[in-house]
Amino acid sequence: MSAQNYNPLKKWNYWLVFLAAACGLSWVSGLLSSYLLHVVILILYFAFLGSAWNIVSGYAGQFSFGHTAFFGVGAYFSSLLYVESGVSPWIGMIAGGLLAAGLGAFIGYLTFRFKLKGAFFALSTFAFSEMLRIIALNWSVTGKAMGILIPLKQGSSLQDFQFASKLPYYYIILSMLILVLFVSYGLDHSRLGYYFKAIREDEEAAGSLGVNILKYKTIALVISAFFTALGGTFYAQYMFYIDPDIAFGTNVTIEMIVRTMLGGVGTVFGPLIGSAVLESISEVMRSFLGEYKGVHIMFYAVLLILVMIFFPHGVMGLVKKKGKEDSRDITKQHELVGNQESE
Amino acid sequence: MDLRMLLQAIVSGLLAGGVYALIGVGLNLIFGVMKIINFAHGSLLMLGMYSSYWLFTFFKIDPYLSLMITVPLLFLIGVIIQKLLINPIIEYPENNQLVLTMGLMLFLENLALFLWGPDFRTVKVSYVGTVLSIFTVRINLLRFIAFAGGLLLALFLYIFLKKTDMGKAIRASSEEREGALAVGISVKRIHLISFGIGTACVGAAGTLLTPFLYLSPHVGHLFLLTAFMVVVMGGLGSFVGAIMGGFIIGLTESLGAVLLPGSLGQIIPFSLFVIILLFKPTGLFK
Repeated sequence: MSAQNYNPLKKWNYWLVFLAAACGLSWVSGLLSSYLLHVVILILYFAFLGSAWNIVSGYAGQFSFGHTAFFGVGAYFSSLLYVESGVSPWIGMIAGGLLAAGLGAFIGYLTFRFKLKGAFFALSTFAFSEMLRIIALNWSVTGKAMGILIPLKQGSSLQDFQFASKLPYYYIILSMLILVLFVSYGLDHSRLGYYFKAIREDEEAAGSLGVNILKYKTIALVISAFFTALGGTFYAQYMFYIDPDIAFGTNVTIEMIVRTMLGGVGTVFGPLIGSAVLESISEVMRSFLGEYKGVHIMFYAVLLILVMIFFPHGVMGLVKKKGKEDSRDITKQHELVGNQESE
Repeated sequence: MDLRMLLQAIVSGLLAGGVYALIGVGLNLIFGVMKIINFAHGSLLMLGMYSSYWLFTFFKIDPYLSLMITVPLLFLIGVIIQKLLINPIIEYPENNQLVLTMGLMLFLENLALFLWGPDFRTVKVSYVGTVLSIFTVRINLLRFIAFAGGLLLALFLYIFLKKTDMGKAIRASSEEREGALAVGISVKRIHLISFGIGTACVGAAGTLLTPFLYLSPHVGHLFLLTAFMVVVMGGLGSFVGAIMGGFIIGLTESLGAVLLPGSLGQIIPFSLFVIILLFKPTGLFK
């Protein structure tokens, strides 16, 4: 579908705009107040998580409602390694990612082998994440309901993933986001990504054309789980605290899904756009209506419902539609020009 | 572990199962007819609980008597939800429908948080501590009423679906939407009524739970996954399956609580759920 209208220059324009924005932001971010920088970090952080979720749920079309399982595994594993054995959270981050990828392979193989789809797959991922929450709540190693408190060091230390100012966190999450966006972009234009999309659009047809469905669905979940876990470690190191409800509760999952669906599911920049829009709105709402508990989430829910009814493909759906019309106009113009020339 | 404790656990599991069955039947009806997985089901339970709570607090209406008000009220809320939110997206991809009901869940929970605050509330009826003793097993009267009420309402619904014209029309639309349209059933109207009944069921379950369960805006979370497990275990769209699923979940939950330390017992129903999903995703009774 997109291969026909594929225009590399146009795609690279997106990236140029994005990189320019990132550079601009980096420069501005030095001037931002600590509060605003925190908001920007949250935007990038949720965009990162949404992009990770998007790989399996957007590109491969397997809607997960239990991604908090991978998030929590990443957060707990790196924190435990750090607190118990002093392993640098950077190593813990990669180790947690690999562990979550293994868990993803396990869950994926089990569920996809039995052809669980749609709501059934969503529910089984939900059940897995709830099981992990209960284990974390009852296991003395994970600190039970108390969770894990990351001990604070004096000043900043790269090795300990602890910084006195927010700026380093900003650069870290920005780099993580760029990495996952490049992976998404690569998927959007690679054989692997085409397999994912073929499975999403019509599983039976893809299967009959020789796409190994079980294998590629599982690969999608493994990649997605790996990145989600990195986000978990980032959270733990940024907030210095995790507990079973934070790490394995439904809130993280809901944020990933809501922001991605709003921005545009199955697109490279959808999660980032959705995250920026929602975070800005919810911060503004919070500052005006902060004393009324729950109002800003109500607003956010109404927005989500309206988008689902009127713009089912999110913000990116609007952009793309417009883009297609534009390109059609351009081809028309080319045809006209061509005709004139030939005359 | 002695035999009496085990017996006690079995009885309380079965008692909980009666309410779970009613919650599951409601969710199942909505899925069966509209093919929509309703993530807001737990929040509708919460609305049912708050309705009884306020009727009790302001007008001193006994929670069980308030069923006469909460059931029609929740039916109406269900009809409105179907009309405004579900109808427009009934032909949309499944993921959009999931996200929409998730948005509804967020909305209702935070509406309750905004209106009534995060406090835990409880209804204090005069007969709260009444306990029946049968042989060596002690049965809390309130839990017994919830069990019997849940099963009775589910039975009413069953008879309604089997015997009345409206019930037959609902079953016809759930089995074959186009066919039902072809024989002159107004499927849109059936959708409104089905969502209304499903909501009324879960609202009634909420009312039955109110006398012995703390309520808060997030109380629905407790029941959301339970409701899904009940329905999937018994078989999506299967009425008898939902009832049996309710009992299975109730039993495994209370046995798990006795057999395993802490809250670790909840693992048992989850594991059973995943195993059934894997090996018999159509459910045990279908």
